Amino acid sequence: MFETILFSIILMAAVCLLLGVLIGFAVKIFAVQVDPRIEEIEELLPGANCGGCGKAGCSDFAKALVAGEAMPSGCPVAGKALLEEVAKVLGVDAETGEKQIALVRCGGDRSSSSRSELYNGVNDCASAMLIAGGPKGCSYGCLGFASCARACPFNAIEMVDGLAIVHEDLCVGCGKCLTACPRDLIILRPQSAKVNVYCNSPAKGAQKRKICSVACIGCRKCFKVAEENIEMKGFLATVNYDNPPQEDIIEEAKCPTGCLSTTTTLLKKFHSHD
Amino acid sequence: MNEELAKYMQITIGIVLVNNIVLAQFLGICPFLGVSKKLKTALGMCGAVIFVMTLASLVTSAISKYVLSKTFIYENSQINFKFLQILVFIVVIASLVQLVEISLKKLSPSLYGALGIYLPLITTNCAVMGIAVNNVDLHLSVFQSTIHGFFGGISFSLALILFSSLREKLDLANIPKPFQGTAIALITGGLLAMAFQGFSGLV
Repeated sequence: MFETILFSIILMAAVCLLLGVLIGFAVKIFAVQVDPRIEEIEELLPGANCGGCGKAGCSDFAKALVAGEAMPSGCPVAGKALLEEVAKVLGVDAETGEKQIALVRCGGDRSSSSRSELYNGVNDCASAMLIAGGPKGCSYGCLGFASCARACPFNAIEMVDGLAIVHEDLCVGCGKCLTACPRDLIILRPQSAKVNVYCNSPAKGAQKRKICSVACIGCRKCFKVAEENIEMKGFLATVNYDNPPQEDIIEEAKCPTGCLSTTTTLLKKFHSHD
Repeated sequence: MNEELAKYMQITIGIVLVNNIVLAQFLGICPFLGVSKKLKTALGMCGAVIFVMTLASLVTSAISKYVLSKTFIYENSQINFKFLQILVFIVVIASLVQLVEISLKKLSPSLYGALGIYLPLITTNCAVMGIAVNNVDLHLSVFQSTIHGFFGGISFSLALILFSSLREKLDLANIPKPFQGTAIALITGGLLAMAFQGFSGLV
């Protein structure tokens, strides 16, 4: 009996020692040169391996970061301070690493835009789109079934009277809402670009006016004030995000429909209804 | 048909259909539920499992045959290490997979990229362990064990691919709220296992 116990212990110890030494040598022999930054970043990252960034885990994300395939802001868990540290290790300077946040390019809530028909199907934008293009007068605007708000892991999208509005302070720019929107209405824009055109319809001005009171009617007023900050795409003015306009453009341009605005103004307007 | 061939037919068909490792032996349920959400990840897992099971069967059956099943005589007492089987297998399989992972990283980065994170995930997977123990219990030779291990991997892959394809379909179905997510996945898995009972008695 005693021998059995003794020899079992010796056998197990020998096996483990042998395998340990073998692995130790293998690590030395098959050592692969890796960028030391990968390990450094991996230690900085939360290490929850949640997959929120779309990668297989934190180490995979660290590899993508070093390879330049991802931005630090892709990590939805990390806070601001941590992201800055990661950016420092990567050597990304503050300018190219400017935070992107989502923008819903529509300002038409229920009171300012018309509805076409009654839809009482599944409460989901993609489903609503399948039925005659959705129950909104405008076939480019926000459908208001909150698919993007449900996709947002940070509750950064508020639904106000059938319109999705992104809260600038909560959005981290993960881009999940971009794919959730069946109308491709949501884009990422630099956080500093406060002034945006809240319309996405390329239709003619008169046509848009009939169905929506806050559409861009293509009057070119804003374009005339700041040619280098605004681009005209047919009947739709868009902000040039390489050179975004300052907030005083809203005063100067006197947009007749209030389509050129900021998210703060929009939120204020809608919340004053209550 | 000679007896040799019949034996191999029995091993292969037996493990893939009749005693399917997931659906009849209920081993490896954790990756079966864990990585079956998308067919693409399931395929990666299948590749890794086939690879590891084959290798683990070869090594563990050799160890069992040449070390653990031997009886040693020390002075007056006989010592047999058969009871250490599970412990030794765990340690050996885990370090074997580590070794393979380390060398693959250097020798074949493309294969390493394909098997990727799945390799370390299954170092101590119970399906791998189950095949290794079954090899010993069924008294298979080293070569037969290797075949058994390879087809064990195929058997796992069959179940996983079927299941993940079903789950991809389920994503589009209108499932009542209480059944959404893991609940309906478990029910689907159960039905699949019942369907596989139809193969029993084949070999």
